[in-house]
Amino acid sequence: MDQFDSTTQYVAVLKQPLWKLARVRRWIQNVSFHLGGVAMMAVQLAREARGRWETSEIIRQMDALGVQSISITSLTALFTGMVLALQTSYALAQFGGKLFVGRVVVLSICRELGPTLTALMVAARVGSGITAELGTMAVTEQVDAMRALGASPIRKLVLPRVVAVTLMLPVLTLLADFLGMVGGLFIAVVEVKVGASFYLSTVQQSVHLNDVLHGLFKTPFFGFEIAMIGCYNGLNASGGADGVGRATTIAVVVASIVVLMSDFFLTKLFLVLPLGLK
Amino acid sequence: MTFSETAVMRFVRADRPAGAPIIEFKRVLKTYSSHRVLDEVDLTVRRGEVLVILGGSGTGKSVSLRHMNGLEQPDSGEVWVDGVEVSRLPEEELVAVRKKVGMLFQGGALFDSMTVFENIAFALREHTRWSEEQITARVGEVLGFVNLGRDVEQLLPSSLSGGMKKRVSLARTVALKPEILLYDEPTTGLDPVTGMTINRLIVDLNERLATTSVVVTHDIVSALFVADRIAFLQNGRFVFIGTPDEARASEVPDLHAFLVAGESREMSTSKGGPL
Repeated sequence: MDQFDSTTQYVAVLKQPLWKLARVRRWIQNVSFHLGGVAMMAVQLAREARGRWETSEIIRQMDALGVQSISITSLTALFTGMVLALQTSYALAQFGGKLFVGRVVVLSICRELGPTLTALMVAARVGSGITAELGTMAVTEQVDAMRALGASPIRKLVLPRVVAVTLMLPVLTLLADFLGMVGGLFIAVVEVKVGASFYLSTVQQSVHLNDVLHGLFKTPFFGFEIAMIGCYNGLNASGGADGVGRATTIAVVVASIVVLMSDFFLTKLFLVLPLGLK
Repeated sequence: MTFSETAVMRFVRADRPAGAPIIEFKRVLKTYSSHRVLDEVDLTVRRGEVLVILGGSGTGKSVSLRHMNGLEQPDSGEVWVDGVEVSRLPEEELVAVRKKVGMLFQGGALFDSMTVFENIAFALREHTRWSEEQITARVGEVLGFVNLGRDVEQLLPSSLSGGMKKRVSLARTVALKPEILLYDEPTTGLDPVTGMTINRLIVDLNERLATTSVVVTHDIVSALFVADRIAFLQNGRFVFIGTPDEARASEVPDLHAFLVAGESREMSTSKGGPL
C-alpha cells in the first residue's frame, strides 16, 4: 500500500512539469494560430483591396475611430509631457542641467512616447470598439448575412476600418507630439522656472525633423496592426456576449503587445536602413 | 388551425408538378470536433418545391442549410446548386451562387447600424447599378410583399418587433429576386399568430416569386403548413424524406413523436389552452 502511494506521488511529481510544458505548448500554439490568422486575413485584405473602395464608409470610420479619439490621445500626451518635464527636471537638477528639460522632453515624446502611447490608447479605445462591434455582428449572424447577400465582410467591414486607423494614427500622433511639448512647456515654466522662449529655443536647436519623422513613420504600422487584430478577433468571435467579451479582451492585450514588440523592431529597422531617420 | 385543416391546404398545393433537381447533396460529410453532424447524407431539392428539413435541436438542420449557399463547406462529398458544385468554391466565386440563393436567418440578422431601407437596399447597391429611384421603388415593392408599409423604412432594427424583423429580413432576402430561398427557423421565437403569418408568407412568396424554398424548422405545425416534402434529420442522416401525408403514415419513431407532439399542441391551441 505504501509502495502504491509513493508510486502515485512519484508519477504526480513527474507529471507536473509535463503538464506545465503542455500548457506552454498550448499557449505557443494559440499565439501562432492567432498571428497566422491575422496574417492570412491581411493576405485576403490585400487581394480585396484591388476592388472598389467605399470612400464614404472610410470617411465615416476615420471620424468614428480617429477624430473621436482626439480627446483621449491628447489628454494622454499632455499629461505625459507634464510628468516627463517634472521627472527629467528633477534628474537633470543633480547635474545642473535643469535648463535643458525641453530638449529631453520633446526628444522623448517625438521619437518614442508620442507614437507608442498614442498607439496604446488607440489600441484600447479603437481596438476594443472594433472587436466588440464586429464580434456582436458575428454572433448575431450579421456577418453571415452579409456573406449570404454576396458581399465580402473583408471589403465591407475590415478594409474601411484598417484604412481609417492606418491613416488617422499618424495624425493623432502629430497632435500628441505637439501637446506633449506644450505639457512640458507648461511645467517647465510653472514648476522648473525655465523661460518659455528658452524652452522653445532649446527644442528648436536639438529636435530635428528627422526625430519627428522617426516616430511618425512607425505609426501607420501600429494603426494597421491594431485594426487588423481588432477585426480578426471580432469576426472570429463566437459564443454570445461572453465570447464577444473574451474576444475584446484578447484583442486589446494582443494589440498592445504587438505594438510594443513591433516598436522595437521598427525602431531598429529605421536605424539600420539608410532612410535618414536616425 | 388543426391538422385536418392543414391537410386540406396541403391537398390544394400538393399536386404542383415537381421540377428537376436544383440542390443536391452527394454523400456530404460534416464533422465538428469529431462529431458527425452530417454523416454522408444525400438530398435532392426539386425546382419549385418547398422542402422542410425537420429535426430536433442540435441535429444539424441549420448546418445542412448553410451548405446550400456555401456558408459552410463539407469535409467530403459534393453540394450542387443549380448545376454548380459549390462545396469547393472560394468566397469570390460563391458570389454568383449567393445572388441566386437568398437566406432568412433565425434572428433576422438585420444590420443594426442601418435603417430598414438601407438593409433592404444593401444587396441592390452591392450587385446592381440601379439608380436611387429604382432602388427606392424596389424597396417599397418588397416591403409590400411582406405586408409592411413605407413608414418603416427609416426605422432602425432595434425599434422593430420580432415578427417585423423577420418580415424585413425576408424583404431583404427577396430584394435581389433569388431563385432559391433558405429559411432558418423562420417561426422560432414568434407568437403563434405571427408565426402563422410568416408561414403564409413563405407559401405565398414561393408561389408568387416562383422560387424553390428550403425551410429548416423544429416546428411541426409550420412544417406541415408549408411543406411539399419533409426531410427528417436524425443522428446526422435523413431518416425520412417524403410528403406530409407520407410523414403521417411513417413509422420512424422520432418523426412519429414529432407529429404526436405537434397534434397535441394543435389541440391545446384550438381549445385556447396554453402552448
